[in-house]
Amino acid sequence: MSRKLLLANDHIPGIQSYEVYRSNGGYRSVEKALKTMSPDDVVEEVKKSGLRGRGGAGFPTGMKWSFLAKPEGVPRYLVCNADESEPGTFKDRYLMEHIPHILVEGMITSSFALGANTSYIYIRGEYFYVARIVEKAIAEAYANGWLGKNILGTGFNHDMYVQVGGGAYICGEETALLESLEGKRGNPRIKPPFPAIAGLYGCPTVVNNVETIAAVVPIVNDGGDEYAKIGIGRSTGTKLISASGNINKPGVYEIELGVPVEEFIFSDQYCGGIANGKRLKACVPGGSSVPILPDYLVCKTATGEDRLMTYESLSDGGFATGSMLGSGGFIVYDENQCIVRNTWNFSRFYHHESCGQCSPCREGTGWMERVLHRLEKGMGNMSDIDLLVEVAKKIEGNTICPLGDAAAWPVAAAVRHFRHEFEHHVLHPDKVKDPKHGHREPIMPVKPQPVTA
Amino acid sequence: MSLLKVTIDNKTIEVEPGTTILQAARMIGPDVAPPAMCYYTKLKTSGGYCRTCLVKVSKGSEKDPRPMPKLVASCRTTVMDGMEVENFTSPEVVDARNGVVEFLLLNHPLDCPICDQAGECHLQDLSYENGKSKTRNEFERRTFEKIDIGDKIQLHMTRCILCYRCVKVADQFTPERVHGVINRGEVSEISTYIQHAVDNDFSGNMIDVCPVGALTDKTFRFKSRVWFLKPVDAHRNCDKCSGKTVLWKYGQEIYRITGRKDQWGEVEEFICNTCRFDKKAPSDWTEEGPRKLSRHSVISQGHYGTKTKFVASPVTLPNKQLS
Ligand SMILES: Cc1cc2nc3c(=O)[nH]c(=O)nc-3n(C[C@H](O)[C@H](O)[C@H](O)COP(=O)(O)O)c2cc1C
Ligand code: SF4
Ligand code: SF4
Ligand code: FES
Repeated sequence: MSRKLLLANDHIPGIQSYEVYRSNGGYRSVEKALKTMSPDDVVEEVKKSGLRGRGGAGFPTGMKWSFLAKPEGVPRYLVCNADESEPGTFKDRYLMEHIPHILVEGMITSSFALGANTSYIYIRGEYFYVARIVEKAIAEAYANGWLGKNILGTGFNHDMYVQVGGGAYICGEETALLESLEGKRGNPRIKPPFPAIAGLYGCPTVVNNVETIAAVVPIVNDGGDEYAKIGIGRSTGTKLISASGNINKPGVYEIELGVPVEEFIFSDQYCGGIANGKRLKACVPGGSSVPILPDYLVCKTATGEDRLMTYESLSDGGFATGSMLGSGGFIVYDENQCIVRNTWNFSRFYHHESCGQCSPCREGTGWMERVLHRLEKGMGNMSDIDLLVEVAKKIEGNTICPLGDAAAWPVAAAVRHFRHEFEHHVLHPDKVKDPKHGHREPIMPVKPQPVTA
Repeated sequence: MSLLKVTIDNKTIEVEPGTTILQAARMIGPDVAPPAMCYYTKLKTSGGYCRTCLVKVSKGSEKDPRPMPKLVASCRTTVMDGMEVENFTSPEVVDARNGVVEFLLLNHPLDCPICDQAGECHLQDLSYENGKSKTRNEFERRTFEKIDIGDKIQLHMTRCILCYRCVKVADQFTPERVHGVINRGEVSEISTYIQHAVDNDFSGNMIDVCPVGALTDKTFRFKSRVWFLKPVDAHRNCDKCSGKTVLWKYGQEIYRITGRKDQWGEVEEFICNTCRFDKKAPSDWTEEGPRKLSRHSVISQGHYGTKTKFVASPVTLPNKQLS
């Protein structure tokens, strides 16, 4: 059985409430940090743990914290990114819904480390009921002396607020989130300056994902070294994976980083194999923004090694034959799924969610969506396929924020690995006119040939 | 403070700390200056949106010579000592810029024949230099209804490239925030809180900063092609602005009044609405002499009506048919 750190007490009835959470060892990290450690000690433990940001980019958290500017007389802020809107990702919701206190606890401990007297949890607008749960947890923490003035008599003051999001995926991008939190239109800022220097209200700010902040709790409780023992190489600790798609047991799993992908998909401990006895066709391992992998690259890398659930192994082979761990939105496709349709669906999302500030993303996302729609409906041409690749290339890397990349990568990867399926849509418009094409029989009965990297 | 050395397309210059790559390139000269559709020197926080000014930083600085991983917006990236930048010399940059221009034109109506901006439109220049001769967009282009912003300015959103310059004018020169962007992504639009609310002494400058024909002067609408007019520097005593303007004349008649634009298409000084809209009598002004324009400008190609009998008469067709 794999070790669990965040969801260890998930099975305990009533763990949502303060009493049960506390009686199961909750808020120990706050006691330990505030009473026995200096803020820098906490940062040091997080550095030692090797924890990397769980929001998608995987940036080392300890390093991010140590970049925080500390000018005299200027407040610092910790902001929790709970805007979780990436298609395929639902782990933060699960955590906040089931164990809200671990987030509140992590927020207090992290704020102490950063010297922040105010923190905000920015929760996705559609998660309004989750916001109520977290607000209740915060109220309980206040009532029990974990928040407010002079916490545990240590002189540390801290106030925590929940902000319900603006209802846009782009508000999850950290600088757009800060704009939105300030009450403005959620447009990403042009960087530099980075939030660590000038973030919320122009003050030094750390933005971290829900899961990142929750992971600080076991790190402080057990020590960074202990945390770093789990995992492989630079992928330390545990990770929440939102598993969805054509699997027997969709849901949120806490895994030790390093579990083989094959085991994750097929073992009964996790996804339990492909549903309805079908075959695996493809997998998007890290949320809609990361490249899709065809069956033969899911469980093995291009060099024939076992693919593992780590930052490094999932990106092995670069974009030619690899993907990314991203936010851990693990989507599995069986042989009946249409990749063109799926790609169109993703591109529809990015088209809808582009903030529209910069021209490549504003115009390019809509263009790709229209071309993909045409292909999916059997009305496209062969030249559309290359057009897609070219448009994706013109967006990628040329935008203000990574949403442009996130829109371009899945399209480029789908064409890279499933070009035959796009061609099939052009050559057999009669077969794909039916919106349920693929459901009765696989779109492409022939197994695709591996591309060489 | 010591100066920083930066090399752009193999030409080196020393600049003050804080100078952006774009500004440094402009100091070297037009041969190396990237095009800029959204940056505007006099508008704080402008730039970064259009991405036409992308350049490649092939050497970050003397201290850290690593190249930057992505192309950067030269208007928002400051120079470091020893930095080396490739603009027109980098095929990657030219390729990316062509892509940006294609994106900017993707939904543009290309109604230049009936657009007041034609002849002084930065998008026209840019597409002439970087554009494809044929669009690859086979889908319907987005359109918007025309909106009046007060009685002097018309917003034709269909032509807008969302450069945010007018938003910055509104933010920085009007007391209340009434003009901005609504909606998201491809359907974003410039809008005014209450359509007639931008009633401010300096609102007319939106027309001058707009790089395309999205914001036009209603007092000049369809009166003439700009290249038939003769630009003349003039001034008057004004208690709101410097009173330094350009009169656009046909014979003795003043067709329109604008700010004085420099080599980069940016106004030297913002002018007030009184000077712009209400002082159309020659007696209001002291003329200084013809405005010097680049030889390459299509406006310089016009012959001020001396050779041709064609007089641009006000168009009488109803607006509907024109758009
Ligand atoms: C378009 C876009 C959407 C994002 N959405 C989220 C999100 O919903 N949740 C999140 O934690 N990070 C999201 N991110 C990543 C954040 O910008 C940021 O990297 C993250 O919050 C940093 O936290 P971490 O270091 O703990 O991962 C998004 C990024 C982009 C570009
Ligand atoms: S890349 Fe897209 S979402 Fe990001 S700033 Fe540009 S237009 Fe907005
Ligand atoms: S109306 Fe003109 S100035 Fe305003 S954003 Fe559009 S193109 Fe720019
Ligand atoms: S001028 Fe630099 S991005 Fe527009």
